[in-house]
Amino acid sequence: MRQNITTIMLTLLLSLLLTSSGICTVSEIFSESIYNPGILSPIDSQLKVKVGDIAPDFTLPAVSGKTIHLKDYRGKKIVVLSFVPAAWTPVCSDQWPGYNIVENLFKANDAILLGISVDNIPTLFSWTGQMGHLWFEVLSDFWPHGKVAQSFGILRSTGVSERTLVIIDKKGVIRYINVNDINQRPPLETLIKELQKISGSK
Amino acid sequence: MKKNRLIHFTLLFTSLLFIFSGCTSFTPAPHPETTPPPTIGESLPEINLTSPTEESIRNYLELTDITTTTFSSTQIDCDILLVEIFSMYCPLCQREAPAVNELFKLMQDDQKLFRQIKLIGIGVGNSAFEVGIFKNKYKVKFPLFADPNFAIHNDMGQVRTPFFIAIANRGKKKNQILLTKLGGFSSPDKFLHSLAELIEPPVKGEK
Repeated sequence: MRQNITTIMLTLLLSLLLTSSGICTVSEIFSESIYNPGILSPIDSQLKVKVGDIAPDFTLPAVSGKTIHLKDYRGKKIVVLSFVPAAWTPVCSDQWPGYNIVENLFKANDAILLGISVDNIPTLFSWTGQMGHLWFEVLSDFWPHGKVAQSFGILRSTGVSERTLVIIDKKGVIRYINVNDINQRPPLETLIKELQKISGSK
Repeated sequence: MKKNRLIHFTLLFTSLLFIFSGCTSFTPAPHPETTPPPTIGESLPEINLTSPTEESIRNYLELTDITTTTFSSTQIDCDILLVEIFSMYCPLCQREAPAVNELFKLMQDDQKLFRQIKLIGIGVGNSAFEVGIFKNKYKVKFPLFADPNFAIHNDMGQVRTPFFIAIANRGKKKNQILLTKLGGFSSPDKFLHSLAELIEPPVKGEK
């Protein structure tokens, strides 16, 4: 009986630890408008690309009204792709605003950032409008739905993308991929360190 | 014995089912604020922070004698400790940073208040690197601390950011929450005035 009680206690403790791991902050700027999907399966897709591959090319519309072609950066800039699962959700809403104050770190490494989500342009316009003026392009992978995410192998079964960071060098080669736990924000220092390694700035 | 094993197995299986159902469901979860935010009059749990290495910060907090790697917010010598709960990733915290800097400047420029009210910021869910980015970007002069694992944020009821808490650090109300403010404040001057009004008159024998 004592063994049973111990087992229950240990298991409940473990369950508490696991189910509370998706904690995050929410800025008052979003007030009550954030939808909390709860804790999700950390990863729900199978990567189709790997480090060393040429990045799948894409053309996507941006919130700014431009049309962005990945291949246009070839030979010019290191490209960081930041895929986020969905607008108006907790972790995503406090990821890009952080990147918005480190433009200098991207510039120092001759890199640009492209934010990508499967939301449509009007949704992305409203959502990113709350973040203030973003220095980077925000792209909509809405139609054909999640086609770009699919080409990288990061489209989840629910139709949203994984929370993923990809660094593509000036030759168009993927040099870094981080398919992060969807419930958590990827650490900024890791991204910056990888950028520095690739650009050779450190 | 067999019956015991069966109970044992059933309990383990049910508990594991509970864990994994929580990991795969897509049902809306409760709002992130699962515990109530701090309220005026309550006692705040002690805030443990990493001891600063910068001499100017140690001097400001009057922690020059601290030799431990961490210290308690109650060791900061002041009547009122104002804590800003912020995040480098929070757009409103970014937008409000100049106003908070202005508040700190007003505090510093006041001959009396500069020792009575002290200001610190806690970057919740932020690493030291991320806090450093915020500090450099907005040229923050007051002490900022990292709370990378949300330990302090949890104690604060997982409040949205920015969130300001004024705590009595001395006197009869020591450790009590005197004021809370969610979001920005429109006027640093008025906000400082409202803080100054909360200072208890000195008790005989106290400094």
